[in-house]
Amino acid sequence: MNRAVIDLWVGVFVALGLAALLFLALKVGNLSSTDVGQTYSLQAHFDNIGGLKVRAPVKSAGVVVGRVGEIRFDPETYTAKVAMQIDTRYQFPRDTFATINTSGLLGEQYVGFEVGGDPDMLKAGEVIKKTQSAMVLEKLISQFMFSKAAEDEGKK
Amino acid sequence: MSAADVLRRLGRALTDRLWRLGFASRFMLMTLLYSGTALKRFQLTMREIYFTGVLSLIIILVSGLFVGMVLGLQGYDTLQRYGSSEALGVLVALSLVRELGPVVAALLFASRAGSAITAEIGLMKATEQLSAMEMMAVNPIARVVAPRFWAGVISMPLLAGLFSAMGVLGGYLVGVQLIGVDEGAFWSQMQAAVDFRQDIMNGVIKSFVFGVIVSWIAVFEGYDADPTAEGVSRATTRTVVTSSLAILAADFVLTAFMFRGI
Amino acid sequence: MSPDPLVEIRDLNFAYDNRAILTGINMTIPRGKVVAIMGLSGCGKTTTLRLIGGQLRPTSGVVRVGGQVVHELDESGLYQLRRRMGMLFQFGALFTDMSVYDNVAFQMREHTDLPEELIHDLVLMKLHAVGLRGAHHLMPAELSGGMARRVALARAISLDPMLMMYDEPFAGLDPISLSIVGELIRKLNDALGISSIVVTHDVQESLKIVDYVYFVSAGKIVAEGTAEDIKHSREPFVHQFVWGEIDGPVNFHYPAQPYLQELHEQPAKPNGWWS
Repeated sequence: MNRAVIDLWVGVFVALGLAALLFLALKVGNLSSTDVGQTYSLQAHFDNIGGLKVRAPVKSAGVVVGRVGEIRFDPETYTAKVAMQIDTRYQFPRDTFATINTSGLLGEQYVGFEVGGDPDMLKAGEVIKKTQSAMVLEKLISQFMFSKAAEDEGKK
Repeated sequence: MSAADVLRRLGRALTDRLWRLGFASRFMLMTLLYSGTALKRFQLTMREIYFTGVLSLIIILVSGLFVGMVLGLQGYDTLQRYGSSEALGVLVALSLVRELGPVVAALLFASRAGSAITAEIGLMKATEQLSAMEMMAVNPIARVVAPRFWAGVISMPLLAGLFSAMGVLGGYLVGVQLIGVDEGAFWSQMQAAVDFRQDIMNGVIKSFVFGVIVSWIAVFEGYDADPTAEGVSRATTRTVVTSSLAILAADFVLTAFMFRGI
Repeated sequence: MSPDPLVEIRDLNFAYDNRAILTGINMTIPRGKVVAIMGLSGCGKTTTLRLIGGQLRPTSGVVRVGGQVVHELDESGLYQLRRRMGMLFQFGALFTDMSVYDNVAFQMREHTDLPEELIHDLVLMKLHAVGLRGAHHLMPAELSGGMARRVALARAISLDPMLMMYDEPFAGLDPISLSIVGELIRKLNDALGISSIVVTHDVQESLKIVDYVYFVSAGKIVAEGTAEDIKHSREPFVHQFVWGEIDGPVNFHYPAQPYLQELHEQPAKPNGWWS
């Protein structure tokens, strides 16, 4: 077997293999849409994060603007401390309201930002003050039952 | 046969296996230790990449395409019952990138290239070529074993990537072109659901680990083969059987670590 | 005998898993001579070569090559020593994935930094010495047995060794190839000023070319002497071996119980299939 022929074929093989991996990364995966680009970190405390997972999306007006980086339990305040990596292209006012929402009735959970009107913007590493916990289905149902029962009580 | 015989046999089987595993580990260590030549004179490894990687291309590409096409047909059949045939892209891509790509490519690689490596090294041993090399003051582990090992380790992730890419194309051909799933939904749902680090990189890591396993078993079985025609044929069979089982077992362990709690 | 022999073997013992292969071997290979080690198949001749080449370690005793004790060398020392040894394997052991040319060039490329033009000249020179310059482009599979043996010989002398070892160089050759190989062994030894060890059971061919013979049987040296001594030896084993007689100290029959007794015996109960 000629050395030049082997070199050529190995070159073709490696190029094809790398092209396939690139195809998977860009066309099949989401490397092109998120993840690339600079991010900065924001923190938020939630009383209850429900089923939120690391790497869940952070959305504002339905558009993905970042991802959840780390979730920890804070033993001083007894709340969940969520760190988020936000794309540097997007800035949010200081009075932004962070909520945990569910996409669809049973879909995955994500962090939603509802933008306020403060002229000052949040800086890297700052904590979002206003948060709202995840809706827990069992709690909602029991609240509904109790209020229903209370109504019935009042009618009597 | 008395109970003591049974126990003795059991003990012997176990110690034999352990001894062999220890020998194989030592062999692996030697291979890594003597890898300098294979990497410094990369031409040696290039040659082996040609024989393991390039010559496995056809079987990998064709199988990838067909597996993807079958996934497209079967996936569509199931998904459309729940009215979510647009998720076909997600199903095809995730099953290929996470599992089928690395695993099936590694199984094919073991039977196409692994068996060839074992047979070649075994025959070199049987015809005293390895002995002759040793007498010419050339270390056969550095000159023969290490280049084949590294060629396998380098080829495997590339082959698995090609398999997955061909599979996605196959799923696209059947799902979008043949059945008529909406093209935009097919790609966009796929891109939304397949995560680069979580899914694709883990798939690449898996195929790398499989490459190490298959190449290690193949070179060891060849080097350890009885230097007879029967010994080489037995070693070749053992390579395919052992590496297939090892791939599936390692896949379970890796999957448990990578995708737990997602 | 010259005072400074190239290879010296003293009280050599070697055993595989407690099965003694060689016991109490003493040998001397003087510089510039061709020495044969003869004996039946499986008597430990090839093992002796492997001990000299350092591929096996002796159980006890000493093998000294060029003044160095082989089994006391570390890996790099052993490899240094092996560069000065050439070995011709029984069936040539050519690298089947390389052409004749690349086979002969193998050691030059591995061990030296010679430019490719010089290697080209050296390879053709070595091939010319064995009469196969015209076959340099062939693959080993295209060679006959005798040609393969000669290419392997060219490969073995490619770095001009001081010691050549031949493992059954005459096995499976036609009469013409046999004479050619025998002739080459002698000529190369004298022309290159090296020493040679020939392990063989081909008495007639080797007695023509060797200076001194050791007879090995069941791991022991049973006779030694010059070619002439051996031909006229009265030692029963040597006599049987040299003249190829069917019966003698080496029996035609594998050791067994007396014939009649075994015929009258009941066959042993066959073992179960699981055993």
